[in-house]
Amino acid sequence: MQDNYFHSVKFDKEQCRGCVTCIKFCPTEAIRIRGGKARIIQSRCIDCGECIRRCPHHAKRADTDTLADVGKFNFNVALPAPALYSQFAPAVSREKIFAALHRLGFDAVYEVALAAECVTLEIESYMKRRAGLKTPMISSACPAIIRLIQVRFPSLIGHIIPILPPVEVAATEARREFTRATGLAAETIGVWFLTPCPAKATNIRQPVDVTATDLSGAIGISSFYGEMKKIIGAISESDIAKARASSYGIGWGYAGGEIRATGLVNSLIVHGVKEVADVLEQIEMNKMDDVDYVECLACPGGCIGGALLPENRFVAEKNLKLRVRRLRDREPAGRRQTILGGREIAQGNSAFRHKTIQPRPIMKLDDNIVIAMKKVGQIKQILAELPGIDCGACGSPTCASLAEDIVQGLAAETDCVFKLRQVVNALEEEMSKPPKNARGETGTEE
Amino acid sequence: MSEPFMDLSFELLAGDFERAGEASSKIKKTLQQIGVSADIVRRVAIGTYEGEMNVIIHSYGGTAKAHIYPEYTVIVLEDAGPGIADIELAVQEGYSTAPDYVRDLGFGAGMGLPNMKSCSDCFEIASKSGAGTKITMRFAHKKA
Ligand code: SF4
Ligand code: SF4
Repeated sequence: MQDNYFHSVKFDKEQCRGCVTCIKFCPTEAIRIRGGKARIIQSRCIDCGECIRRCPHHAKRADTDTLADVGKFNFNVALPAPALYSQFAPAVSREKIFAALHRLGFDAVYEVALAAECVTLEIESYMKRRAGLKTPMISSACPAIIRLIQVRFPSLIGHIIPILPPVEVAATEARREFTRATGLAAETIGVWFLTPCPAKATNIRQPVDVTATDLSGAIGISSFYGEMKKIIGAISESDIAKARASSYGIGWGYAGGEIRATGLVNSLIVHGVKEVADVLEQIEMNKMDDVDYVECLACPGGCIGGALLPENRFVAEKNLKLRVRRLRDREPAGRRQTILGGREIAQGNSAFRHKTIQPRPIMKLDDNIVIAMKKVGQIKQILAELPGIDCGACGSPTCASLAEDIVQGLAAETDCVFKLRQVVNALEEEMSKPPKNARGETGTEE
Repeated sequence: MSEPFMDLSFELLAGDFERAGEASSKIKKTLQQIGVSADIVRRVAIGTYEGEMNVIIHSYGGTAKAHIYPEYTVIVLEDAGPGIADIELAVQEGYSTAPDYVRDLGFGAGMGLPNMKSCSDCFEIASKSGAGTKITMRFAHKKA
């Protein structure tokens, strides 16, 4: 069952104590503890990073690219996620942040926030068509949510807006812009996303929405944050790059920023992977078809809550919101005049998704429906015998998932501590009984 | 007809909004486990949910049953009354007899029966004023 899925969420056997914390929080029940150590069922994992956030022993981490990988190219462009700005107080100008990135080895900067503004306008014009739209339409910005829909809500794939997430649009634009500016061959330019989360890193290696990505890789922000923090105080602004994105693009870094930018008022803003799953459940039941648009983000608070951001998420939220507010004060009054400086979009069709998102259902017990039905019956029987308290001590997240694992041959009934105790008790009783042939003691009963 | 392959049965209590949706979500999970395609599972779940709500809002209580065969699923909703006086009218969109307090909860906009009819492959309703109502919906597992 270990298909060829690439995941950036990895875990460290040495660190893992088998404490079962993580299995409780995984939204797709992708983690099992076997032999005292956690393992991830690859076909189920959506790289949401929830386990990284929850592990008290730091046994889960994201395998992203690092600054060392940048050396492979002659010319390197950094694509900072808007969430990077949230790691610094608003008084630290973006020009300063770009200068620090320059010091860290990047030759140029292209703000993902700028591409977010193109995407904003595309979404707005797509939503104007109204007729024939499957409402609510669901934002495509968070790759963990796209994967959540693939595995748990495949019937909602048609609701995902067919527009690329800002990072992909940014990569294409950056590659085009710097190929032109430097005269270098496009393939010799490294285009690096500075990512707040593992999901974006996974989407580069195994994209669900583009046929070929223009990104060279994704570098986790936590991997260079320390170094950046050290140098940023002493640095003076340089002219490596001008801050071009408006407050609307930057706002995409926190939950609600996309809705604020697009002006779609009849919308929901949902963040936190469990909360999103609950809302998707309702959408699947047609209970929200009077809503136009749903901004869904797997991380609590939006990207500023990403698992690869070191700053406390509430501080990060304050930082970014304040930066947005101050910037807004200096911008033209109208929203549309502000976005991309009022330019109409040059994006054309390149902002549209390249390929259809495929379902990746994980619930099916067997390809043969008759066998699957038998298994459902067996699961029901086994479950009736389990204590039903979902303690997780067996290494499966719930009693129901243990029952399923047993039927699928991946666990044994005695993995349940209660079941084991029954077996042990029965054995003990058996052993404490006097041997049947011992004379005198049991003789009277015969 | 042979025994259904699988039978699920749920009791529905009048006015029990807390547990509304339990039958449909359990039936949905089972269909997902046996590998019925996502769009069809979604239709069954929506139809069942509407039916469940109808029983909870309008009746004295009843049952929701799913008979699952490899090729199709039959959902049967049965209640103990008070029945529907004019079925023709009741299956029209927008017609509702839900009491005000129920509408205040956001339910009972009169989409129940027409919704159930449109999402199932086959829809039957039998009712008499003063007696119970029985609704049968059938869903093929493969698109026709
Ligand atoms: S939280 Fe999970 S990965 Fe971390 S130590 Fe506990 S079981 Fe292991
Ligand atoms: S990254 Fe998310 S989906 Fe993958 S194992 Fe961790 S919690 Fe589960």
